[in-house]
Amino acid sequence: MDFGPYLFFAGLEGAVTSAVLALIAVGLSLVFGIMRVVNVAHGEFYMLGAVLAWWITTTFADLVGGHPAIGFAIALVVAPLAVGALAALADYVILQRIEYDPERTIVATIGLLYILQQGTLMSFGPDARPVEAPFNSRIALPWFEYGDAGFALIWPWGFSTTSYKLAVIIAAIVLLLLLWLVLSHTRIGLVMRATQLNRDMATAHGIPVQKVYALVFGLGAALAALGAVLIVPIQQAHYLMGGEPLLLAFIVVIIGGLGSLPGTVVAALLIGLSDGIISVFFTPTLAKIIATLLVAFVLVYRPQGLFGKPLQ
Amino acid sequence: MMNTVRLGVMHSIVLASLAALFFVLPQYHAGNVARIMVFAIYAMGYNIMFGYTGLLSLGHALFFSAGMYGLGLSMHLGSVPAAPALVVGIISSILVAAVVGFFALRTRGVAFMIVTLMFAQVGYLSVLLAGTYTRGDEGFVLPQAVRRIGSIDLSDPTTRYFTAWLFFAIAYLLCARLVASGFGKTLVGIRENEERAQMLGYNVQRHRWVAIIISGTLSGLAGAVFALLWGYAGASFAAVQYSIYPLLYVLLGGAGTLIGPLLGTAFMFYLIEYASELTSAYMLVAGVVLILLTLFLPRGLAGELRRRWLRWLP
Repeated sequence: MDFGPYLFFAGLEGAVTSAVLALIAVGLSLVFGIMRVVNVAHGEFYMLGAVLAWWITTTFADLVGGHPAIGFAIALVVAPLAVGALAALADYVILQRIEYDPERTIVATIGLLYILQQGTLMSFGPDARPVEAPFNSRIALPWFEYGDAGFALIWPWGFSTTSYKLAVIIAAIVLLLLLWLVLSHTRIGLVMRATQLNRDMATAHGIPVQKVYALVFGLGAALAALGAVLIVPIQQAHYLMGGEPLLLAFIVVIIGGLGSLPGTVVAALLIGLSDGIISVFFTPTLAKIIATLLVAFVLVYRPQGLFGKPLQ
Repeated sequence: MMNTVRLGVMHSIVLASLAALFFVLPQYHAGNVARIMVFAIYAMGYNIMFGYTGLLSLGHALFFSAGMYGLGLSMHLGSVPAAPALVVGIISSILVAAVVGFFALRTRGVAFMIVTLMFAQVGYLSVLLAGTYTRGDEGFVLPQAVRRIGSIDLSDPTTRYFTAWLFFAIAYLLCARLVASGFGKTLVGIRENEERAQMLGYNVQRHRWVAIIISGTLSGLAGAVFALLWGYAGASFAAVQYSIYPLLYVLLGGAGTLIGPLLGTAFMFYLIEYASELTSAYMLVAGVVLILLTLFLPRGLAGELRRRWLRWLP
């Protein structure tokens, strides 16, 4: 195969990664932007979303049967809600009591990470489990080639994607637009932004800041879970699957500028696409080392991120 | 004067009872205590930075593994004898700490934690990348024949215990000395009020940098001694989990206390030991302890002791 289609193919795979990564990272960014805390357990909420999706789809298939799409649709709604509720509970039980002290929050969420991860290991087991995609037809991709007869449309062998992967990309775009609408055009979005700007002022205006925080923490976790439900038919559910997306989401949030949602989405696109393309050229380990070092130095020399405004 | 005597008595009791434990405990538990002492060196190193200077690092496994691989690789690949290899291990952790500290200190608070986490991740991935030499996750074994200094066989349980004890005693007394010194008091001053320390004319960043180097060196010493005494180096010691452990030990034992790291290490070691007999999900215990500590015992065991009864505890 020529180099061109190869790159295009890697780009398309990268777009799927970007779409899911954007959802996870926006969740992390939302929590950081509004509550000013870093949630290290974010990756485990993602993992829980995937595991719950597996549990819901298999239980549904056992009890009711029918088309796998029905079970998947239920998982798409129920798993994020359940994970969001759990996160809101964690906020209420733990984070509120330590008053969102930045360092203690990190320690507490590390604890939460282990509890969720190891709790899943005990109940769900150490195996990776697949979830069937609701629809999954293969779509062959064309490529243009300049040959003897001028430009020609060819269909390289193995050069294809699935309808489900395209649906994931579209779903992520729709969800992100929806989130943007909620934040910018609804009352609850206004309340969240007010809390972000000035917590004390918001309290003085009668905004129940504690409830807003619980809601935001839940929403952030639900977004991660939503990303997980979308990706699990492609990736399988496993109790250790939260580590890598957590690191990637951190990278995205830092590059995008801490707490900036548009920056986060752009960075997710950048990282997701480059992750797919870099791994074509380098061994994955070397690619990870380079990416991690780059991000560490962005944080050292440009802590506001590539797209963020400098802090005052 | 009174205080100096009291501290002298306390240090003697701690070190003497650790030495005496070897004769009292069954062999299996004596082996555990040897491990605990080595990991307590690691925790004491972490405590210099977190407890006394107020810098929370999530990447100390980098320093631990720098010591471990500095010693391990020079013995494994370069056939260097144990004593100079130990020096190589310590020097590599000093260098790594100096470089990481230089860059990481440009950031604050949460960014500092993430930067240290990322540098440690780079270290972990580099160990995997250099799999030809380090053999990655599987690691490599240092054979019994090379683990000796002069005619002393370090793999023998008795010499192993007392070598661990010796290094623990050195690290413990060093920390005691440091904490009582003007430099140590300045570190606490920086932790409590950075602006004030700056106003008084202290070079805050330089103090922090030195604290990171001391902390990294002790951590590296622990890594090197561990590899030397147990004859194994593997990538898992460079992974995130080994950056979380010293944080756990120190939080549990009491950040900013001299005896806290030892207490926390011993307590957590046995907690995880018993949990892993019950279930493969033993890190669940670590998670629960972390959350309970942040909620109910933010000062840790020795910190509570100091607050309630023993005001003089260093």
